[in-house]
Parts: sequence; structure tokens; C-alpha cells
Amino acid sequence: MREITYRQALNEALAEELARDPNVFLMGEEVAEYNGAYKVSQGLLERFGPRRIIDTPISENGFVGLGVGAAMVGLRPIIEFMTFSFSLVAFDQVVNNAPNMLTMSGGQFNIPITFRGPNGPAHQLGATHSHATECLYANVPGLKICTPATPRDAKGLLKTAIRDDNPVLVLESELLYSSKGMVEPEDFDLLIPLGQAELKREGSDVTIVCYAQTVPLALAAAETLENDHEISAEVLDLRSIKPLDLEAILKSVSKTHRVVIVEQDRPFCGVGAEVCYRIQKEIFDALDAPIMRVAQEDVPMPYNERLEKAVLPSAEKLIAAAQKVCYA
Amino acid sequence: MQPPEQRDEVEMLSLMLLIRRFEERASQQYQAQKIGGFCHLYIGQEAVVCGAVAAARPDDYLITAYRDHAHALARGTTADACMAELFGKATGCSRGLGGSMHYFDKAHHMYGGHAIVGAHVPLGVGLAFASKYRDEDRVTLCFFGDGAINQGGFHEALNLAALYNLPIIFICENNLFAMGTSVERSTSLKEIVDRAEGYDIPGTVIDGMNFREVRDKLAEIIDSIRKDPHPAFAEIRTYRYRGHSMSDPASYRTKEQLEKFRLDDPITRLRAQLTREEKLTNEQFDKMDKHAKETALASVKFAEESAEPPLEKLYNYTYVNAAGSGEARPAEEASA
Repeated sequence: MREITYRQALNEALAEELARDPNVFLMGEEVAEYNGAYKVSQGLLERFGPRRIIDTPISENGFVGLGVGAAMVGLRPIIEFMTFSFSLVAFDQVVNNAPNMLTMSGGQFNIPITFRGPNGPAHQLGATHSHATECLYANVPGLKICTPATPRDAKGLLKTAIRDDNPVLVLESELLYSSKGMVEPEDFDLLIPLGQAELKREGSDVTIVCYAQTVPLALAAAETLENDHEISAEVLDLRSIKPLDLEAILKSVSKTHRVVIVEQDRPFCGVGAEVCYRIQKEIFDALDAPIMRVAQEDVPMPYNERLEKAVLPSAEKLIAAAQKVCYA
Repeated sequence: MQPPEQRDEVEMLSLMLLIRRFEERASQQYQAQKIGGFCHLYIGQEAVVCGAVAAARPDDYLITAYRDHAHALARGTTADACMAELFGKATGCSRGLGGSMHYFDKAHHMYGGHAIVGAHVPLGVGLAFASKYRDEDRVTLCFFGDGAINQGGFHEALNLAALYNLPIIFICENNLFAMGTSVERSTSLKEIVDRAEGYDIPGTVIDGMNFREVRDKLAEIIDSIRKDPHPAFAEIRTYRYRGHSMSDPASYRTKEQLEKFRLDDPITRLRAQLTREEKLTNEQFDKMDKHAKETALASVKFAEESAEPPLEKLYNYTYVNAAGSGEARPAEEASA
């Protein structure tokens, strides 16, 4: 194991899969000559050439559709969104074409495409550039969605996504690109299955369900809960939103009997609403308190730093929610 | 033995007849409420897709919009599979899961059947991208209507095709109306073909009521693309005799206009050309027409007698290789 950044981990995943399969290509805005808006594709043009690392104009609807068409005949496109906020310009392609094709064609055409890029609020980017799109896409049958929170998960999930025969969204996080973590050596073929949550911290009083950039937040909150409030929190990182690892969630909640879900999207019809529904449906009697959710406030993201902070989930909000479900 | 070109023309006339008789039968079955959803008929436009198919190779990629029955039939999908799809049966070309607007036939290189106006034009560019990526000499035939040319995706697709120099021919089937809105009311340009010029793509105008002109002009373009990959644009002027869909009485256009085009009917025209040149007798034509009618009628029987897609396979087409991976929810859960 060695310590690398989340960005580096993604870069390794791309390079390894490009080297492994000649049908894989990377396409998006600034991915080639600029080396990626966030430098995730650094060095790939030099190594794989312009046939496989392809710059596009600012034309999301066009190049996402191009990717879907190429995938219909067996290529395996990786489409980079500079941010998933821009995927909304290609919403019709991501929602109507990629995931519907298999059903509409009676099983004749699957779409092995990977959509990737940063998702969720970063820092003071304002309303248009701060979308957490997971709840929008999770509503669409036919899409798979993963949300890596660590460099190891970033590498392992992206590699799995590229090899998946269905459309997969890899929702990265701008705030995590420079974070570091331990990852297996470069030549190790690291594949992490979609739909497997990971227990990040064991605990006995409350389960904190989290994903993506709420994972570091949950771990920090768990630390404070332990040290200052004598509450032992278990932290479960979903890693994939769809498929959802319901088994891992139920196992943890059956042990702790209390849950707080911390999500980076909006509360109305958010990921937490679905998780909450599943828990109460399956193990209602195991619950000792109503399930709580910590999500964004239900407003378009304000630019002002203080207001933005107030909108976002925080360790403080999470600690308060954990205390509440523990009646502490 | 007739020379190949003549035989082909008689064959293509026979195909045009099959398309027309199939669509007439589909119309009748729709009115009898055997067919659900929307149903858009191709009657009047037969020379367009038949001319294109005659000009292309069977392994060239073909993709189109929602008025797609003829494109599948022209490519070789059977009338049985096409009618069964309208009936929502498991024997349909999309197993009864796609419907009228979503015909697919991988074996015949028919890549849909796409119902969001303009949204499949980028997909066509993706097919062409794949040919170039793999260094194949296939050409992509990307059909769409005049209603698609004001959608963003259409413009983005043309720009990308030109930028990457992809082997694709954009075929605009200009039937003068996008649903009930005439081209004059939808498009700032006087000539649709001028859209291509804005992207440095060569454009041609073709009379879509004349099979021979469609075939010959497209053949020339397709050959030039095959020799040296590049995008091209053809505006094919045609007319649909029926409304936009089955529920449309087409009151937005005049009887005179309809009659004018009917007098220029593509089937009558090719028949007359072949008869005049003594390549087709009236008896032969009647026989072909009878055969087309019988094939269309038999397809109704086939569709009626076919089984529905099995309910227990409802979740089988949401993901591939999904068995046991956990993402498919039981039906009870999904509707809860």
C-alpha cells in the first residue's frame, strides 16, 4: 500500500483501463490538451494519443449523445463532465437515451458507458455550479451510481464502472480531489464491486449512513460524539447509491437501533428519503427512535460563504441529530 | 435474367408497396384499438428510405426518429416482427417493449427508432465515430424530420461530425410539417439545406417523391464518404399523406396541397417509369401489390396470435448481467 491522492487514484484507474481495453476512450471538455479541468486526465493524451483522449467543444448534449451512440456498437466511452452540474445540459441523453436503450430495444442494445466528474457543492460556486445530482439520477431505472469518498474507492469503483456493461455514473467530489489515502500498488488490479457499502468505523449507539463528501464529515462527527458525548457512532459509507447495499444498512441498524442519514443532496426526494423508507419498511421494530436526516437546506445555493455553510450538512448538524436520536 | 439495376428497381418498388400496405393495415388496426400509444405513418414518403437503402450497403449504420416503421421494413425486418411490435407482443422487433416509436433490429443494422425529436442525431454521430475509431468504411445514415433541425442536439451533432470529420450523412426528411407547424412557421431559413453550410458540411436538395433521384444522389454522396470520410447533408423533400399521428386530422394544411403531392406519388411514379421502359407489366405490378397486401394482412394474424412479453421478465431488461446483483427491485416494492 502507498499513499496517493484521490485525483491520482482516478488517473491510475483511467490509465489502467485505457491500456487494458482498446474499446475504451475518454471524451470531454479539456480532457486532452489541458490535461483535465481538475487534472484527473493528466498525461493521458501524451500516453494514449488524440484518437482515445478526445477534447470536445462545450457541447454536453452532443458529446454525451455521441458516447451513447458509440456504446451502441460496442465502444466503451468514458465521458467526463467538468462538473455534474453541466450534465443537466445533457439530461435528456443521460436519462432518456443511455438507460432506456436496453428496454426499448427489447434487450438488443446495452450501453456500456461511464459518466464521471465532480458532483455536489464545492466552495462558493453559486446555485448553477453546486448541484448534487445523485437524487435526480437515482430516480432513473437503468443507471448505476457510485460515490467514492476515498482514493482507494475512487480507483476501485471507477475501474469497475468502466468494465460494467450498463451506464454508470461515477460521482466524484471536487473537495476530495486532493485528499490522500492508502491504495494498493499501481500494478494491483483493484476492483471494488458496485453495491457494496463499507463500514468506516464501528460503533454501538447510532448508525451514521453517509456517502461521498459527507464521509469525512461523518467520521469527524463520530470522533466528537465519542470524545465529548459518550455516544458510540457507527459510520457506514454507502459507496454506491444504486445498487444500494440494503443488507449492510439493515445489519448496522439492527445493531445500533438508531440512524442518522447524512447526504450531500437536497432533502426533498433525496437519497436519504429512500434509505429511510427501506429501513422502516424492513426493520421497523428494530428502531428505538425516528430516523433523522441531515441534508442541504431546500434552497438554491447562495454564493455568500456564511449562507452557503448554513445550507450544507455539517459535523455540528450531524452531532445534534445523533444526540437527538440517542435522546442524549 | 434482367440486369441487376432493373431487378433492384422492381424489388424496391415491391418494398415501397409493402411499406404502404403495412402502414394502411397498421392504421386500420390502430382504429380497431389493437395498437396502443402513438402511431406515425410513413405513407407518401416511401421513396426516401427505399432510395437510401438502395444506395447504401446493408451493414451501413441506420438510425432514425419515431416515424420508423418503414426504416425497419426497408432494412429487412419482417412485417411480422414490425406488426407484432405495434401489438406489444414478445415476437416484435423490440420484444413488445419499444412500441411504434422504438423499433430496433441489430441484425439488420437498424439502430432505432428514437422518439425525442433531435436527440438521436448525436447518437448517429456516435455510430459514425465508432466506424472511424475502428477504421471501418461503414457510412451512417442518420434520418430525421424537418422538426428536428431547430433542436440544440441537432446543431451540436452537426458541429461534432464536421469537427471530427465523421462518415455520416444527415438525411432530413422534409415533409413540410413538424406535427402541425409548417417549416415557414418553425425555421428562420428559407432552405433547410442551408443549415449544413453553417457547419461547413456539403448539402444537397433531393426530390423525395422520385425514387431514382433519391437513390442516385445518395449513392454518389455515400460513395464519396466511403472513399474519404466526411459528413454530408441531404434535404429530401417529401410529403406525408396522413396526419402527424393517428389522432391528427391534419386540418392545418389544404386539400390542394395534399392532392398535388398525391399526383406525384412515389409508387405511381416508379411504376410508370418501369412500365414505360418495359421493365414491368401491369400483371407483375398487380401481383406484387397483392403480395404486399397479403404480407401485411398475415402480419396482423401473426401479431394477434403471438404471446405477450412475460410479466415475470419485467425486470430482465433494466440492466444487463443483473441477475443476483441486487439492483432489480421486486414489482411490489417499486409500486409501493
